[in-house]
Amino acid sequence: MNADAEESSDVAPPRLEMQAISKSFGGVAALRDVDFVLKAGEIHGLVGENGAGKSTLMKIIAGVHAQYQGRMLIDGEQVHFRSARDALDAGIGMVHQELSIAPDLSVAENVYLGKQPTKGGIVDWRGMVAGAREQLASLGIDVDPRARMGSLAIGLQQLIELARVLFSGARIVILDEPTSALSPPEVERLFEVLRQVRASGRSIIFISHFLDDILAVSDTVTIFRNGRRVVTEAASGIGKGWVIERMIGTGHEELEGSYTDEIALDSKPDAPVVLSARDLSAGRAFADISLDVRAGEVLGVYGFMGCGALELARTLFGKTKPATGSLALEGRRLRLRNTAAARRAGIAFVPESRRSMLFYQEPVYKNMSISVLGRIARLWLKPAEERRIAKKHVEALSIRPPRVDILLQSLSGGNQQKVALAKWLTWPPKVLVLSEPTRGMDVGAKEDVVRIVRGLRDQGMGIVVVSTEPETVLSLADRVVVMKKGRIVREFAGEKISKDRLLEAA
Amino acid sequence: MTVPLEGADRGASRSRAFVFLRNQMRNIAPFATLIVLVAFFAFASPSFLAVNNVANIMVQISVSGIIAVGLTFVILCAEIDLSIAAIANATGIVVAYFTLQESYVNIANVPLPGWAAIVLALASCAVLGLINAFGLTVIGIPSFIMTLAMMQIAAGICALLVRGQIAYAVPSLVSKLGSGSFHGIPWIVIVLCIFLLVGHIVLTYTRFGRYVFMVGGNREAAEYSGVNVKLILAAVMVISAVCSGVSGMLGVAYFGSAQQNEFDGYLLDAIAAVVVGGTSLFGGRGGIGNTIIGLLILGVLNNGLDHINIDSFLKILIRGIILLVALIINVYVQNLRESERAGAP
Repeated sequence: MNADAEESSDVAPPRLEMQAISKSFGGVAALRDVDFVLKAGEIHGLVGENGAGKSTLMKIIAGVHAQYQGRMLIDGEQVHFRSARDALDAGIGMVHQELSIAPDLSVAENVYLGKQPTKGGIVDWRGMVAGAREQLASLGIDVDPRARMGSLAIGLQQLIELARVLFSGARIVILDEPTSALSPPEVERLFEVLRQVRASGRSIIFISHFLDDILAVSDTVTIFRNGRRVVTEAASGIGKGWVIERMIGTGHEELEGSYTDEIALDSKPDAPVVLSARDLSAGRAFADISLDVRAGEVLGVYGFMGCGALELARTLFGKTKPATGSLALEGRRLRLRNTAAARRAGIAFVPESRRSMLFYQEPVYKNMSISVLGRIARLWLKPAEERRIAKKHVEALSIRPPRVDILLQSLSGGNQQKVALAKWLTWPPKVLVLSEPTRGMDVGAKEDVVRIVRGLRDQGMGIVVVSTEPETVLSLADRVVVMKKGRIVREFAGEKISKDRLLEAA
Repeated sequence: MTVPLEGADRGASRSRAFVFLRNQMRNIAPFATLIVLVAFFAFASPSFLAVNNVANIMVQISVSGIIAVGLTFVILCAEIDLSIAAIANATGIVVAYFTLQESYVNIANVPLPGWAAIVLALASCAVLGLINAFGLTVIGIPSFIMTLAMMQIAAGICALLVRGQIAYAVPSLVSKLGSGSFHGIPWIVIVLCIFLLVGHIVLTYTRFGRYVFMVGGNREAAEYSGVNVKLILAAVMVISAVCSGVSGMLGVAYFGSAQQNEFDGYLLDAIAAVVVGGTSLFGGRGGIGNTIIGLLILGVLNNGLDHINIDSFLKILIRGIILLVALIINVYVQNLRESERAGAP
């Protein structure tokens, strides 16, 4: 198969060629002098860490970014897309991680979305259903075209969206993280379809964090790091370790704080368990989660986007109810009817998005006091007491500017994050659940957060840090569990750990 | 990966006075409107500013005012209650239903002592409010739809109880508060002032009031801060229904009769008062102070248009336009707020 593709490229120009592509956002280089070649009838895997430049390159190909340096050629002809529409017309289709389907329409309508066949001005339903059935069958997808899209499994929905993109005439299909929500049999089925697409001479770019999936289906793999293309290799000759090594690199100038070196986990197996979860499951998000959070220990939960860790964090705080399983706090069965019950029980939570934690139009002190108001005040508010407590936090966390009466929106992002943390520090909770605590922060603010979390841990709090960024987990955790597709697949405790081992486990 | 953080200095770079004016826009605009209206009518009609006309205005806004107090809580939570007028009507009819009517009133009423009639009436509006709360928080029906259904239900209760007739008698306490005076001051105005005062105190100085603002300001954040959002939402729906109920009872005494559809105009009046006053339809901003201004604007407008010689049909159109302008300001101020926040990551 591979040899065929190479042979044809000798005679014809490659399907897609990117030459010396550079792109920067506000002075920050996202892509530096990248060359990229996609052959006809090829599945090309793309890997790299968050921010390595994969998505920027894909957005240029798909016409989202019109401003860039360098040349793009399709079948040997130079093109420049000014809009996503241009790219679509040139035969480039993209299937996003977040499916863009219409769940309430039928499968056939989804396949023909935006271009229903008509007969004398009205939609030709029979022709549409027949056409969709034929189209799907040619890809080996056996589904009733009249079924409601939303009633199908995610894996099938994804295949149908892929079918739509192909049907719209795409010769190049970009798949962004197509396997993150799929079960192993569904992944197998997707790969089967992809191979059929390849056999028809069309090209596929496959972006994923799941290296096993990339290596299983790709003909060629390209690795990105820090906006550069590191290497392009035939997938048959390489292994997972080889890829990880090149993804995270070894040169220190590029990798400050990347944790390529092993760090020792300072787990405390003898510390008392504060929060324990047994066999928690919640729909498609996660299943059979059992874990213990110990006093004075930071438990890191790591996994890729969509691994279910963020949903798990919400469940621990009573925001969503688990379908099955149980929680216990200090040995006592815990039933969380809502977040207020979790707060009263001594569980605190800081979600990944500051927007869903803070009141931008309210002053800093009201933001801090909201979760402890019940302790300060029964009926009547005590604003003086609220301000006193807020002032204490502002000083302890060195929040700038050090004023409690200014509106929260006038603080910088890092300081806002500190306010979100400060909410829970007046009466320290027994368990603190942090979701993506350092996302989008600059180095100084990150260090502050690490210092604060360590301080809380040393006071004996049980802390759960959930993150999709390995750096965050490695910089904070004393013990790490790795989640993959909704399940815990690995636990690291009392041993040395490094970023590549973490990536490999996920 | 680091994301450049910005948004901290955007506000500061503008002039302070501008920022202050913009932040206070929702308070300043209604107040200025009120002053302009008063000045205009005082100029156009010599009788407008007479002492007894001012007293008239106060009485005229009392029924919608008491309803608006409860509605302020609901709108601060970014919800809406469309059943207020219907609940007021139903409560007024319930209290009359349990009062002995004159023999010529052809209603199968159940005479009870005055206090019992009042308690039953209050209980019935509270129950209707609880049903609203149940639909909103437990079942998850949007308040707009839930209270639309409740509007019909309450209207149905009215229809069943009076069957097209008119009742006149209400318990003496209700009749005194609704149509009596205390040293020359109408009791209904005193009741309105008490409701406004208590509403203001609850919203400003109690923990519950803070939660109302926080739930309206950012419901998700309130939930992630461990606030029992559903309980707060349920409470405001019941408060709204009970305020409407009290207003309905006093209104029946004030009008001198209890019949179907007699509160219909008050739904729009109460919503208009809250919104014209500057309380945000998106929740979290505003308060009783705004509602007072809104009530006065509507009161001055209704009363003033009677004083100048104007086509009474045009009056309706003018009220509609004033409401539209208030809505435009309300949404415009909200958009300023959103764009301000868009800079923050």
